[in-house]
Parts: sequence; C-alpha cells; structure tokens
Amino acid sequence: MEKIYARTKTIQEDKVSGFCPGCMHGTVIKLIGEVLEEMNIVDKAACVLGIGCCGLHMDYIAYDNTTAPHGRACAVATGMKRANPESLVFTYQGDGDFASIGLGESVSAANRGENITVIFINNGIYGMTGGQMAPTTLIGMKASTAPKGRIAEEHGYPMHMCEILNQLTAPAYLERTSCNTPANVVKTKKAIRKAFENQLNGKGFSMVEIVTSCPTNWGLEALDSLTYIEEKMLPEFPLGVIRDK
Amino acid sequence: MARVEIRSESCKSCQYCVKFCPKGVLAIGDKVNSKGYEYSVPVNMEACIACCICARMCPDAAIEVYK
Repeated sequence: MEKIYARTKTIQEDKVSGFCPGCMHGTVIKLIGEVLEEMNIVDKAACVLGIGCCGLHMDYIAYDNTTAPHGRACAVATGMKRANPESLVFTYQGDGDFASIGLGESVSAANRGENITVIFINNGIYGMTGGQMAPTTLIGMKASTAPKGRIAEEHGYPMHMCEILNQLTAPAYLERTSCNTPANVVKTKKAIRKAFENQLNGKGFSMVEIVTSCPTNWGLEALDSLTYIEEKMLPEFPLGVIRDK
Repeated sequence: MARVEIRSESCKSCQYCVKFCPKGVLAIGDKVNSKGYEYSVPVNMEACIACCICARMCPDAAIEVYK
C-alpha cells in the first residue's frame, strides 16, 4: 500500500498547531508547505509572519521565518528580498495586520511592485487580541469593539484589499480564494503556487487573499462557520482572479 | 483498497473531514485525546476511495491517505 497523501515535511513532525478547532490558518499553512515541497524550494523560503494568530505557527513550520513588528511585514519582506534576491520571500498576514495596522506598508510595497508574495488571511476579525473589529468586518457582524455589530455610519464599510490594490499600476497578480470547500482548497493551493512562481519569474508583487473562518471569535461551531463563509463572507468578498498580468 | 490514518493527538474535532467525506468513512469517536478533543476515527474504512478530500480539508494536517 502506497502513501498517496502525506503530511507535509514543512510542518514539524511532532508538533500540534496552536490554532483553535476549525481555524483555517492551519489549512493555509499546510497548502503553503505543500507548494514549497512540490516546487522544491523549501530551502529558499523565507517567511515573514505578521503579528496575531498568524504568528502562532512560528514554532510549527520547519522553514525559515521571522516576525515583523505589527503590520510591517511587507516592509521587512522588502528588505529581505532586496538583500537576498535568490530567496523566495513571502509574508503571511491577517486582516488586522495587513489591512489595518500595516495599511501604509502594504499599499506602498504593492505600489513599488516589490517582488514579494503576500498571503493575506481575511477572516473579518482580529483573532488573538480578542475579537475586535477589523477593516474587513462585515456590516452587522458583532465584534468585541462593536457589540451591536458593525454600523456603516459609525465604523465605515468592509475594505476590499484586492480591489484597492487593483487601482495601482505595479501589482502583478491579485486573487481572492477561500478554504471553505474542497474545491476552494484546491484553488487556493493553485493560487499560492502561481504567486510563488511569479516571484521566481521576477514579475513583482503578488497577493493571494484567502477568506477564512474564525469560529472562536465569530461565536460559531467550526461547521457553522463554513455556512457563514458561504452565506455572509463570500457575497461581500467575491472569489476570483482580480488581476493577472 | 484504501486506508486513512489519523493522528489522534493532532485532531481538534472540527469535523471538516466528517462533513466532506463523500463516502461517510469518518466519524467523531467517543475517546478523547490529551487535549480533551473527541477525535475523528474511521468507522467505514471499506468504503474509502482514497479521494484525499478529508486530508486536504484537515486544518491540522492530521490525516494521511494510503492506496
């Protein structure tokens, strides 16, 4: 009997992730690892982690990684890539990190067309810090800083990072995917691979925005969070390739 | 003939594998692991078609598939 699906070697053999049950950070980390292995570039990989739950896999993965000050992952990745152009440099950031605290760094790096890859996890809420409202929080969605739900007049509207970056000239590739179904997981893996290939081919800034769940801070069971993604998140954040040049 | 192997210590009982398995191979068992999660177990292994959907959906890389 042959093993046809093996646990990726880019996750440490004896480790259990620190994520909550049903959290899709783990799914995305696994996909990144599988892509690195398939492309045979694990040794070249240099990951810049954002602050928040995304930093939890610091001791879980088995390739080089560092953590940037909150929001500044794209700036740190810029330095790493310029100093070591042969490395595959990618950031792994949540919505609070990429779209709120690091908005300036994120948009500037995209505008410069830095030859880095951004894996952007959009679950519409701050996770580790306690369920505060993020720029991507849906209208009406409850957060610890918006106990009655997000109100447009008071808090503004959800931000669409792919569409915002699509206004810039430089970015090479912007795609939004999800991990809520097996088909979407396969599409996410393909998107990550394409974003990495773009970097190796010197095409410039690529971003994959992945719509995921946060069952703990959404106050839902893991399975119910899949329905929430389908019914609430995806109508606001439609999936697809926003730019591919 | 196919087989899934589940690392019970990695499982957090999210049930994504149970929900998406097209053949009803997996279910949540009644034993708990050291973290207190009732982990997923194969209950109908003969039906497994080695599609790997359970392993792809698992956020905790707990499932490996043999064929």
